[in-house]
Amino acid sequence: MTQLNIPDSRGYYGSFGGAYIPEMLYPNVEELKENYLKILDSDAFRKDFHQLLKDYVGRPTPLFLARNLSQTAGAKVYLKREDLCHTGAHKLNNVVGQALMAKILGKKRIIAETGAGQHGVATATVCALLRLPCTVFMGSKDMARQKPNVMRMHMLGAEVIPVESGSKSLKDATNEAIRHWINHPDDTHYIIGSTIGPHPYPDLVARLQSVISAEIREQLLQKEGTENPDYVIACAGGGSNAAGAFFHFIGNKKTRLIGAEAAGEGAQTEKTAATIARGTPGIIHGCKTLLMQTDDGQVQEAHSISAGLDYPGIGPMHAFLHESKLATFLPITDAEAMEAVQELTRAEGIIPALETAHAIAALHKINFKPEDIVVISLSGRGDKDLETYQNYFA
Amino acid sequence: MNPLQERLKTKPDNLLSLFFTAGYPNVDSTEAIIASAEQAGVDFLEVGMPYSDPLADGPVIQQSSSEAIANGMNIKLLFRQLEQIKGKYKIPLLLMGYLNPVLQYGTEKFLQQARDCGVSGLILPDLPIEEYRDEYQSLFKKYDLSFVFLITPHTREDRIRLIDSLSNAFIYVVSTAATTGKQQDFGQAQTEYFTKLTSMNLRSPLITGFGIHNAQTLEQAWQYLNGAICGSAFLKKLRENNHPPAAMEALMNDLGLKK
Repeated sequence: MTQLNIPDSRGYYGSFGGAYIPEMLYPNVEELKENYLKILDSDAFRKDFHQLLKDYVGRPTPLFLARNLSQTAGAKVYLKREDLCHTGAHKLNNVVGQALMAKILGKKRIIAETGAGQHGVATATVCALLRLPCTVFMGSKDMARQKPNVMRMHMLGAEVIPVESGSKSLKDATNEAIRHWINHPDDTHYIIGSTIGPHPYPDLVARLQSVISAEIREQLLQKEGTENPDYVIACAGGGSNAAGAFFHFIGNKKTRLIGAEAAGEGAQTEKTAATIARGTPGIIHGCKTLLMQTDDGQVQEAHSISAGLDYPGIGPMHAFLHESKLATFLPITDAEAMEAVQELTRAEGIIPALETAHAIAALHKINFKPEDIVVISLSGRGDKDLETYQNYFA
Repeated sequence: MNPLQERLKTKPDNLLSLFFTAGYPNVDSTEAIIASAEQAGVDFLEVGMPYSDPLADGPVIQQSSSEAIANGMNIKLLFRQLEQIKGKYKIPLLLMGYLNPVLQYGTEKFLQQARDCGVSGLILPDLPIEEYRDEYQSLFKKYDLSFVFLITPHTREDRIRLIDSLSNAFIYVVSTAATTGKQQDFGQAQTEYFTKLTSMNLRSPLITGFGIHNAQTLEQAWQYLNGAICGSAFLKKLRENNHPPAAMEALMNDLGLKK
């Protein structure tokens, strides 16, 4: 629960959220809605969840003072090392929780969508651990640009279904996962990887990821004697990593929350995924939020060099945070993100994921005071993007 | 009373409805399809408003939707086409699609124009029942438009009764837990489901869709329920034969209704 009591019982964050789903999905979504808070609060779930986060995911992840980056930024910059989670990104936090929940609900198999493949790999990983059959939907365009993750999913025993419809990326992978769920309503749980989809998914995913900001508070208290940094910066596509990094700071007047969204070739160009900058209210994947759409209400295809941010919508929580000025979202172009990849790699010896690089690039868009404490959520590592980096920097 | 409600009153059983995507196979196919459906004795039509992300639809309707959008179909154009043929045909029309394009058009403006060009009602699978009841019902009443809800084999009885109480045309019975266009014959699961529904003595007519594609499925639907809706099978005929009267004849043949 954030300090603002969002979402309300119907899943609304202000005017955003809700559950706009066909009747075919109603029983499964309703089952989840009726049970998720009870399960999250139950001793049995909490014990297993925290045990796995500690011993399997590798939590708590370090909060690292990045001295070289701090010098360039002109503030004290800490990196929350989600890239050190097992499988290389924050995605596993959510999957561990949802997979345990699926077992409690008696589900026998798991489906997931994936963009960059990080959520797909995380899902395939936990399914191997918990012995659950796993099917991942991935756009064929993304399968081509994130090959290592496709190979990892195959090794882990997951079935990866290439999605050829529409944009051939995250939006249509999500459509296909939802359609598959409609066709397999009895025994299947759909692990959505981001804070999108019909209520209760945005809240469920945000709560499972909120461990990120809970740890930041504890670690910062030890290192700086305060729980509240001046800034928290995270990249946001659908918004799971930003939701987790922001969660315990939402409504806190001391901490400014900055989301870095993918501007592609520029927020004002046709080739962009800057939903906050360009989106208007509408419905995508079962929730009311900001999305990029035509005047006729057709969802537009997004563009970002980063497959994980290549999405024309954003979670309803973030649309609300933007609208109520509780967070600021900065558009970061493909080129700025690529520069940030090199910057972090050379400054700190950490090769970030392309998604994460957007958050690093945001450092240069803010005028800090020297005493400011800045925490960047380093959401994932860059192994999956090596081919893109090699081609770009060649 | 709107034209669809009148039709359901005068013909309570053995109803046949077809779904097609406006703008497919050609942007101006709309009138030819409506004319050939009326000619073939189809009882009412669902005019699909193409949408970029049709979550409840299988590949056939997805493909027709993206082609229709590429052909230039949109709500404004569809209303213009329907306005031009208003009064020419007696077959009642429903509009079917997803909520977002309606919201972007402006809900009240949409409903008013739909009524003005002779439309009887709407099917929007992703508009939740509770939201319809609290936010939309009075507007639908104001413009004398029906709203059609879907139920599935997984819809609980109390929810079916709630839907029945809110319905003012018919209930769309999704035959099986699936997206549109899954073409298998109906088996025991369907007949048990249909029997359960009829035994509930609901006030609304029950018309089934999702899977109606041949004489067997149509007969089963008519035997147990009030009617059947055929969508993907009709679109396939339109894809094979870009001439609505011929596509209609081929479909009627498949459904065992050839005169």
